[in-house]
Amino acid sequence: MKHHLILKVITKFMVGVIVLFGLYVQFHGDYSPGGGFQAGVIIAAAFILYGIVMGLENVQKVMPIWFAQKAAAVGVLVYALTGVFSIIFGFEFLNYHAISPEHPKHGQHYGIILVELGVGITVTFVMIAIYYSFAGRTPRLDDKEW
Amino acid sequence: MASEIKQGTLELVNHLPILQVITPMLIAPILVVLNNKTLSWLLSFLGALACLAISILLIQAVSDGSILTYYLGGWVPPIGIEYRIDAANAILLFLISIISAIVLIFSYSSLHAEIPEEKHTLFYSCFLLCLTGLLGVVATADIFNVFVFLEISSLSTYVLVAQGAYLDRRALSASFNYLIMGTIGATFFVIGIGYIYMATGSLNMMDIAERVNQLSDNRTIQAGFAFIVVGMGLKLAMVPLHVWLPNAYTFAPTVVTCFLAATATKVALYVLIRFVFSVFNYEDNFVNELFFLLLMPLAVIAMIAASVIAIFKQNLKKLLAYSSLAQIGYMLLGLSLMNQKGLASSLVHMVNHGFTKAALFMSLGAFMLKTKNAYIKSLRGLGKSMPFTSAAFVIGGLSLIGVPGTAGFISKWLLLEAALETGYWLVAILIIASSLFAVIYIWKIIEVLYFSESSESYNEVSVLTLMPMWILALFCIFLGINTSLTVDVANMATEILFK
Amino acid sequence: MDVNLNFIYGHLPYWLFIILMLSGLFIVVSRGNLIKKIVGLNIFQTSVFMFYISIGKMKGGTAPILLDKSADNSAVIYSNPLPHVLILTAIVVGIATTALGLALIIKIREEYDTVEEDDIQKMDQKDLKKYNKKNVLETNS
Repeated sequence: MKHHLILKVITKFMVGVIVLFGLYVQFHGDYSPGGGFQAGVIIAAAFILYGIVMGLENVQKVMPIWFAQKAAAVGVLVYALTGVFSIIFGFEFLNYHAISPEHPKHGQHYGIILVELGVGITVTFVMIAIYYSFAGRTPRLDDKEW
Repeated sequence: MASEIKQGTLELVNHLPILQVITPMLIAPILVVLNNKTLSWLLSFLGALACLAISILLIQAVSDGSILTYYLGGWVPPIGIEYRIDAANAILLFLISIISAIVLIFSYSSLHAEIPEEKHTLFYSCFLLCLTGLLGVVATADIFNVFVFLEISSLSTYVLVAQGAYLDRRALSASFNYLIMGTIGATFFVIGIGYIYMATGSLNMMDIAERVNQLSDNRTIQAGFAFIVVGMGLKLAMVPLHVWLPNAYTFAPTVVTCFLAATATKVALYVLIRFVFSVFNYEDNFVNELFFLLLMPLAVIAMIAASVIAIFKQNLKKLLAYSSLAQIGYMLLGLSLMNQKGLASSLVHMVNHGFTKAALFMSLGAFMLKTKNAYIKSLRGLGKSMPFTSAAFVIGGLSLIGVPGTAGFISKWLLLEAALETGYWLVAILIIASSLFAVIYIWKIIEVLYFSESSESYNEVSVLTLMPMWILALFCIFLGINTSLTVDVANMATEILFK
Repeated sequence: MDVNLNFIYGHLPYWLFIILMLSGLFIVVSRGNLIKKIVGLNIFQTSVFMFYISIGKMKGGTAPILLDKSADNSAVIYSNPLPHVLILTAIVVGIATTALGLALIIKIREEYDTVEEDDIQKMDQKDLKKYNKKNVLETNS
């Protein structure tokens, strides 16, 4: 465990920053370049970095496999239920006016944020799940083999 | 979007086109979250039933020749995505929904024999995503949306086919080949869409159709059309591009084979039909020449060659897969005749062959539940020990041959009539020849079933397994006697397409 | 000669697109290694992404973002954003395809212990012979 000390320290510092930047890209996505896809990949990158440096077991303590799988499904649900919300209130599927009929512009904002949140959650956890399913299969390298 | 709208004005009835597509899409993630085997079967079955109910309501709504449109998110086309239901896609939505519901009944009793229990939730989730994709391809009127839904269905199909690996590892390489071929096809399709967008600046089918009419003999559009024909040819297993199909059908779990054989290739063919008639100008010389010089010979080759190959196959799943190739040839031939009767026969054959092939694969799957392999030798004498399954297989076989009184007869008769009307005598003779080959390979199986000594005797499968099979078999007979559902709707669809 | 050079130079993005597309397809068809096939598939798809982006580009066009709401923006030339949106979707589809393809390759390697198509085919042939042989034996007995 004494090896790669610099990597480990830097990683611990970086993970928080990467997640923070991911959240910025996520929630500022309707004003500036960004959105769910990009944010999802950035946040997933934080977890994958942690997994690469600290080992798969450690990252799976923070983010268990079952949680990644289910959360990916929840993201799709957030997206779809936003659409169903509009249907219930008598608008077309994914018509954001339903969220705030008095102020259609506000409705557009809320709608985009909700939908991008769904996309972001799904992309994050799908990426993590892909990493888990690939990394969990190959025999990991020993410290000697570096 | 008009800004003065304060209150939603749409009733639930107006939402039918989108509900058709999002019902399975909503249920799929719920299954993953709940993660319960029995519950996931129940929910997917209920979802499929809901789809079936919606598709019946849609058929009723469009059966007077009207067209339902739905603007996604309230954005008016050509900017927004439009869903557009007319007679041509209502009939396919019905086919996909009913086949999925019936296949799900069958999966309740058969899936545990092919896939380990802990994978069932994910399997059903994947199945529903595949269903979403197929329904979406058919419902949408936006060409890029077609690509997205096509890839949703294809990606889940690759996963479903690979699930056969628990019994036979060759499912993996079959699935991988399917993935390579399918992705090349989809990418060709995207290139085609790119060319069309380049020339017309629109993605809405109706909008493009108007602009294409003004740009006659435009090279860009012709190149786009060629790319789309090749891409869809890969997806629908047009003959030189068919190599993925036999292995994918053979090694996939029976439930998946049933569903794919009945729906997936038909949906790809539907996309081709939709592009020829609703996007491009079907009277255009280039389109006509392409169909006459290229697709018609290929369709005829498929009809004859695939039938001949099927005769020599010992693995019955592979035999039926090759026979599917031949039947796709019939549908393509009906389309390439480029007249109303031919197109109607093609549409009717899609539905009839969907039920027929599903019945055949399902009864074969029931045999396999007992015999554990798909080889023809293992069916010896099963006509006596498994009478109901065998009878369902025979009905499906008769419908495949095209015996009067079954569904297959209606569509083959229409195709024959269309060929004779156009004056293609040789083609008509070849259609009959291909049917004769079908007689040979179906008879080969019936002979083994009923007229040979059995070495082992098996019990009949459970009622729950028999029920879906017999629903399909009865549909084969029902559609052969009562043609109002298929032929009338198909005629209306061709009138809309040929407007 | 002059005209030809203009033709080539004027359609430069298309030439690149065609070269990339064909090399991608060639790799898919000619290589037996399954991972190389996936790489070829990716190159093939990337060429299409490039093609889409190139048809959205306007000469001298900026990003399609409203910078100054009060000013008159009617004369601003901007690139068509729609192809970018379409390609974002196509990229996601491409990622899903690649991930699934690689997952299948891992499974294939676990089952066959190789990722070469020729070896897999040989082993499949052996499997088939074994099945057929078993079947024939059952018939004789």
